[in-house]
Amino acid sequence: MNAGIVSYGGYIPRFRITPQMIGAVWGADGEAMGRGLNIKSKSVPGPDEDVITISVEAARACMAKVDIDPTEIGAIYVGSESHPYAVKPTATIVAEAIGSAPVMTAADFEFACKAGTAAVQATMGLTLSKMMKYGLAIGSDTSQGAPGDALEYSASAGGAAMLIGTDHVIAEIAHTVSYTTDTPDFWRREGQRYPSHGGRFTGEPAYFKHVLACANLLFKRAGSKPEDYDYAVFHQPNGKFPVRAAKQLEFKDVQIDTGLCVRDIGNTYSAAILVGLAAILDEADPGDRIFAVGYGSGAGSDGFDITVTDQIKKINRHATHTIKQQIADHVFVDYATYAKYRGKILLREA
Amino acid sequence: MRDVAVIGVGETEFGELWDRSFRDLGIEAGLKAIQDAKIASEEIDAVYIGNMSAGKFIDQEHVSALVADYAGLADMHLPTVRVEGGGACGAIALLQARLAIASGMYDIVVVGGAEKMTDVGDVQAAEILSSTADQEWESVFGATFAGLYAMMARRHMHEYGTTREQLASVAVKNHKNGALNPEAQFQKEITLDAVLNSPMVAEPLGLFDCAPLSDGAAAVVLCAADKARKFTDTPILFKGSGQASDFLALHDRRDLCTMDATVVAGKRALAEAKLEPKDIQVAEVHDNFTITEILAIEDLRFVEKGKGGPATLDGVTALNGKFSINTSGGLKARGQPVGATGVAQAVEIVKQLRNEAGKRQVVGARRGLTHTLGGTGATAVVHIFERGD
Repeated sequence: MNAGIVSYGGYIPRFRITPQMIGAVWGADGEAMGRGLNIKSKSVPGPDEDVITISVEAARACMAKVDIDPTEIGAIYVGSESHPYAVKPTATIVAEAIGSAPVMTAADFEFACKAGTAAVQATMGLTLSKMMKYGLAIGSDTSQGAPGDALEYSASAGGAAMLIGTDHVIAEIAHTVSYTTDTPDFWRREGQRYPSHGGRFTGEPAYFKHVLACANLLFKRAGSKPEDYDYAVFHQPNGKFPVRAAKQLEFKDVQIDTGLCVRDIGNTYSAAILVGLAAILDEADPGDRIFAVGYGSGAGSDGFDITVTDQIKKINRHATHTIKQQIADHVFVDYATYAKYRGKILLREA
Repeated sequence: MRDVAVIGVGETEFGELWDRSFRDLGIEAGLKAIQDAKIASEEIDAVYIGNMSAGKFIDQEHVSALVADYAGLADMHLPTVRVEGGGACGAIALLQARLAIASGMYDIVVVGGAEKMTDVGDVQAAEILSSTADQEWESVFGATFAGLYAMMARRHMHEYGTTREQLASVAVKNHKNGALNPEAQFQKEITLDAVLNSPMVAEPLGLFDCAPLSDGAAAVVLCAADKARKFTDTPILFKGSGQASDFLALHDRRDLCTMDATVVAGKRALAEAKLEPKDIQVAEVHDNFTITEILAIEDLRFVEKGKGGPATLDGVTALNGKFSINTSGGLKARGQPVGATGVAQAVEIVKQLRNEAGKRQVVGARRGLTHTLGGTGATAVVHIFERGD
């Protein structure tokens, strides 16, 4: 028996800003920046949106696709690096909002951009061991990039939820492996508003080392090769890293195109790979095989070998807007509006 | 004064060497030099280290004893000396070691230079570099290193009609040379357009007009010339050395377009060597910015004052041109681990004079020169080397 995905849902805020718009404010060549990062625009959370509302939206989109009693969810874990509270969980609010509370457990996870996949692995264990029927794993972020910093061109917002269980599985997770080291490429200390990063150090010794090592472990564990998969999706801090990683692993463009949402919505951090996975599940057919490797700074990668089942035809994948529809349905804002929405303008204290 | 020869050289690759520490780099360069010299560690009389700012870059002072310790020399209780002189520290360490041997006090001295710059962020590294300018009269008012050199470039353009294309041609040439150096940080050629279109750092200097931040180390073994034959058939002799200083702050100097310290250090070295610039075939000159190389080749009299830009664009200083300048790639392409610079320049010249420079070999190189700066030119050191066979 394998655990797997029972349902899924994603949420991307409607607002977008372009690299050109950001560059114009900081005297930088935004167009070149966007070209270098392979990002056309990034999502911007609205003034009333945060990781809690985004997580709730994703969880509701997930539950809307299936006819499952939310009280059968035994655990809700929300992975994020932008939880609105330092102390006080996001996950309890999600649990109340979707009607899972109170006979269940909830907690918030943090592991830079891979807290969401860590939550998937935790709920796999809990459901495989029969401690509970379903677990809800969420990755969600309203990521922070310091104004003017290179991160500001990519740091965006979004969320995705994966309902994990062992029956009515729409996509079976046959194998999961992780690769973890202490590699401080990106961090934010308690109380700091914006993260710090090691510039180019975030590339080779961090992202590529972990993603490639985890991917190769996963191939070995699954006894598979790149051509065995219909889709591949990677953590996507920008549009360049995952494409390069895929190329090095000898995946073809057609395999990674569907899940590469970063080009339109930027880096949704803890949500990034799960949003990509949701975009794939939106269109996948029974029998399709998916190769997924996330990454979180600090650093580690979680890999998943996933096979879509016949059950996917039985859920209502169009209960809410697909990822593709959400990407297409957008409103561009200027930098001033973005600054206002992101709370970067000092207001009179109440 | 006894003659002194270089009998062994060693260097690490230069670059962002995230998986290697200051110690790793120092040991690698030192051991390579000792192996190249074919000396036993018991024959070493002293160790001199050029290092600009390990205290700020890696929180480690007292690197002189550290290097000897990690090179396995601790139980020999050797005298170890760390020299600081901004970017010129490695070149000053060479001069001090040369003097120590020339005086008769030592016979064999290992001189190393090392810097580990990428353990701090880019902004912090730039601030540490700027600390070799005048903190009270320059840095505190916001003058960055690039900003100060940009003023020299701007004035040179005004006085002599030097163009951005001519400045950029320094970077193009040095990248071309760096592409032939397997130890260089940047082994890729760049076009004039790429330099001209690189993001502006300090008008008129773009990103590609600036040398990078680097990790790396270099080492040489010096020996009394009369004993050098025991170790090598091609000892490389010190023919002349000159060191000079100048006002610390740029605004106090006589002329923004001339580094008087370079002029004086160059004259002293050439006078001791009884040579003229035309007698030199290959030189490694300080090129932390493109303008710096132009000033250097003028102040060392390889070209007439004001003609450095056109000469570079015309290929006068290209590999196997009239003077082959920065065959290693220079600070620009080979990399700029500050403390290593002066020693690494000497390593390149020794390789050239031994005819061991591979694809970047200067044909018929017999005499070579190194030129190293501290700060914005408040210290300059020039060494002249000659094949001793």
